[in-house]
Amino acid sequence: MSDVNAKIESVVKNNDVVLFMKGTPLFPQCGFSSRAIAILEHLGVAFESFDVLQDMEVRQGIKEYSDWPTIPQLYVKGEFVGGSDIMMEMYEAGELGELMAEKKVAPAQS
Amino acid sequence: MPMASADIEAMILEAFPDASVEITDLAGDGDHYAAKVTSASFAGMNRVKQHQAVYAALKGKMGGELHALQLTTMVPE
Repeated sequence: MSDVNAKIESVVKNNDVVLFMKGTPLFPQCGFSSRAIAILEHLGVAFESFDVLQDMEVRQGIKEYSDWPTIPQLYVKGEFVGGSDIMMEMYEAGELGELMAEKKVAPAQS
Repeated sequence: MPMASADIEAMILEAFPDASVEITDLAGDGDHYAAKVTSASFAGMNRVKQHQAVYAALKGKMGGELHALQLTTMVPE
């Protein structure tokens, strides 16, 4: 496994919910990343974010790792859930909240 | 270099000949599209696999030449 894959894998495995995004939750640098953050905040779950703009290797590597061409990308308990379209679709159908409950994801610290 | 909606539709139809494809140019700039793809070949695939199949049909253009494609995939009723 290449170094970048090992790095991505450790981020994915060590965080229950992690969003690979452009920018940070406070300052998202792309509308799709911003939408993904809004959904996670509405769900009220604890999550980590990884800013791919700060790491060009991960920015490219995550696309191959997930076989997914765009950012943002959401992982829950090590499993790839999708990008912002799938997140929105699942959120609107109530499925994303169910998934978080099923996977026993911790609520956000207020 | 933006992509014309007809090219996007043609690439999707090449991979999914049975599909019905609706493309909307969201910003009118030829760079931000929404696509709704309905095909029987999505049956039995989860959403991630369905979207991966469409991205594969676009042969690497997604995330490159094609900056934004809001994707919805469906199996016909």
